[in-house]
Amino acid sequence: MKNTQNRLLLLLFVGVLAVAPLAIYPVFLMEALTMALFAASFNLVFGYSGLLSFGHAAFYGVSAYATAFLIKDHGFSTELALLTAVAISGALGALFGLLALKRRGIYFSMVTLALAEVIYFIALRWPATGGEDGLQGVPRGALFGWLELNDTMTLYYVLLVMVLAALALIHRIIHSPFGLVLRGFCDSEQRTLSLGYEVQQHLMVVMTLSAALAGLAGGLKVLVFQFATLSDLSWHLSGLVVLACLIGGTGTFWGPILGGIAIALLHSLLAESGSWVTLIQGVIFIACVQFFREGFVGTLSKRLRNRRATSLREQA
Amino acid sequence: MSGYLEIILSQMMLGLVNGSFYALIALGLAIIVSMLGIINFAQGAFYMMGAFLAWMLNEYLGMGYWAALLVVPAAMALFGILVERTLLRRLYDANPVYGLLLTFGIALALQSVFRIKYGISGRSYSLPEQFHGALDLGFMDLPYYRAWIIVLSITVCIATIVLVERTRLGSYLRAAMENPRLLETFGINVPLMITFTFAFGLALAGLAGTLAAPVYQVSSQMGAHMIIVAFAIVVIGGIGSLTGAVVSGLAIGMIEGMTKVFYPEGAGVAVFIAMALVLMFRPAGLLGKG
Repeated sequence: MKNTQNRLLLLLFVGVLAVAPLAIYPVFLMEALTMALFAASFNLVFGYSGLLSFGHAAFYGVSAYATAFLIKDHGFSTELALLTAVAISGALGALFGLLALKRRGIYFSMVTLALAEVIYFIALRWPATGGEDGLQGVPRGALFGWLELNDTMTLYYVLLVMVLAALALIHRIIHSPFGLVLRGFCDSEQRTLSLGYEVQQHLMVVMTLSAALAGLAGGLKVLVFQFATLSDLSWHLSGLVVLACLIGGTGTFWGPILGGIAIALLHSLLAESGSWVTLIQGVIFIACVQFFREGFVGTLSKRLRNRRATSLREQA
Repeated sequence: MSGYLEIILSQMMLGLVNGSFYALIALGLAIIVSMLGIINFAQGAFYMMGAFLAWMLNEYLGMGYWAALLVVPAAMALFGILVERTLLRRLYDANPVYGLLLTFGIALALQSVFRIKYGISGRSYSLPEQFHGALDLGFMDLPYYRAWIIVLSITVCIATIVLVERTRLGSYLRAAMENPRLLETFGINVPLMITFTFAFGLALAGLAGTLAAPVYQVSSQMGAHMIIVAFAIVVIGGIGSLTGAVVSGLAIGMIEGMTKVFYPEGAGVAVFIAMALVLMFRPAGLLGKG
């Protein structure tokens, strides 16, 4: 029952995205997709192991910078640049994990935030990263020398396939025995340890995976917008991805995807209004934490469960 | 005295001025985290708000520096009571990360409000007359106002630590950190103490903001980087250690000053490297327990 429902949902999701660019501005769709992937990768750490990373923009931004730098200054092919950037992000995730995973709870958040600030500083000061301007005018190139990415529609479908593949990987991770160990850790570290699981190793792996996937989102963003700037590394973005997760539903598969799309929508609707965007984001943050902690998907699935339980009771 | 040593000493002295602000803000953070279990992301925004309040009181009401030094912390404390009673109170049973997220939202909102109203350019606050001139330290001339920052903030930090560690009220506070339920059975109003603690943390931020107004440009972004530095300082100082927060705040200020002499580009990241080293070799922090 639940499986068929999920499969229908998935088909609907893919189907809508496949025809969406006919009706909706493709650049917006691509922004929404990268944000959805970013939020889903962040959710691997926050949603499934309960550790609030406040430095995920570092992985996203480093990969964005690496992609831009390799394509623009070193003439890498698009796919090789993306691949390298994702690997760099993954390595950075492991490095962050090595330090931040010495602590738990809110201290983990503080350490990840501080480490991300180091990366921000380096990008600001290092000549190769272009300081305040960032790296602009990055050519999109052609994927495998064959798919011309300057064609918006081609780019859209290439990006869609990559994002869907990454989301499928995330789905697989969540539902693997590895994902179950993470959830066990989320409930009780001691219990999971006493069952003989190497909690620290699992957390290191999930940090690395999550960072690499966030890096993929950052690299794809560069293909879409053709620039990498300091805002890709800012703590504001780290906060935004938390918000995406929170609105959609932390610890659910669909939640961060919807949340990421919602954040992109908010962003493009209010693009003209400057500081008002951050004010509204701040207020949404406060409201979500106060009244809507389970997020959209969390609240919905609870309602559905309750209704199913009531209808079963009525039948009995 | 050789020229090089003079440069190092004077940079350390200037670093100590920055360190005084770090110490005040990190102390506020540490008090709130040890009592409420919440990392207050908005502490930097409250510092910014304090500086703006001082500036606004002067600009619109003509209030002088000395009055602002008392009025701003009091006003921030009142604001703290409001925030704690309306927003934070509902989160005490939830996962502590929600406290961080809530205060993150508050920080975003506050910064935006001030940016919408006053733009991104800084406002300057004129130095009170009493502070014109400088103190001759032999290796440098330290402006009176910088000396005042160091003296006042270290005094306030020590007084706060004495209050928490040595007085009866402080013993209640520490008991409430350990076991609030038990303390309540003694007839002590723990929720009131929590409100008081949060308000006190904000008063410290307000004081830091007022102190900063004459030396830094008052702008909506002035707390944005400060808060992250303060986080690193609290991690370095150690969990639940007020003394650790103050000592590492001052020390980081001086280390930054020294870094400026040897490797200017590194000054901004010195604090984070110090944090990484502490995490590697002493994960609980310099003065942290457990």
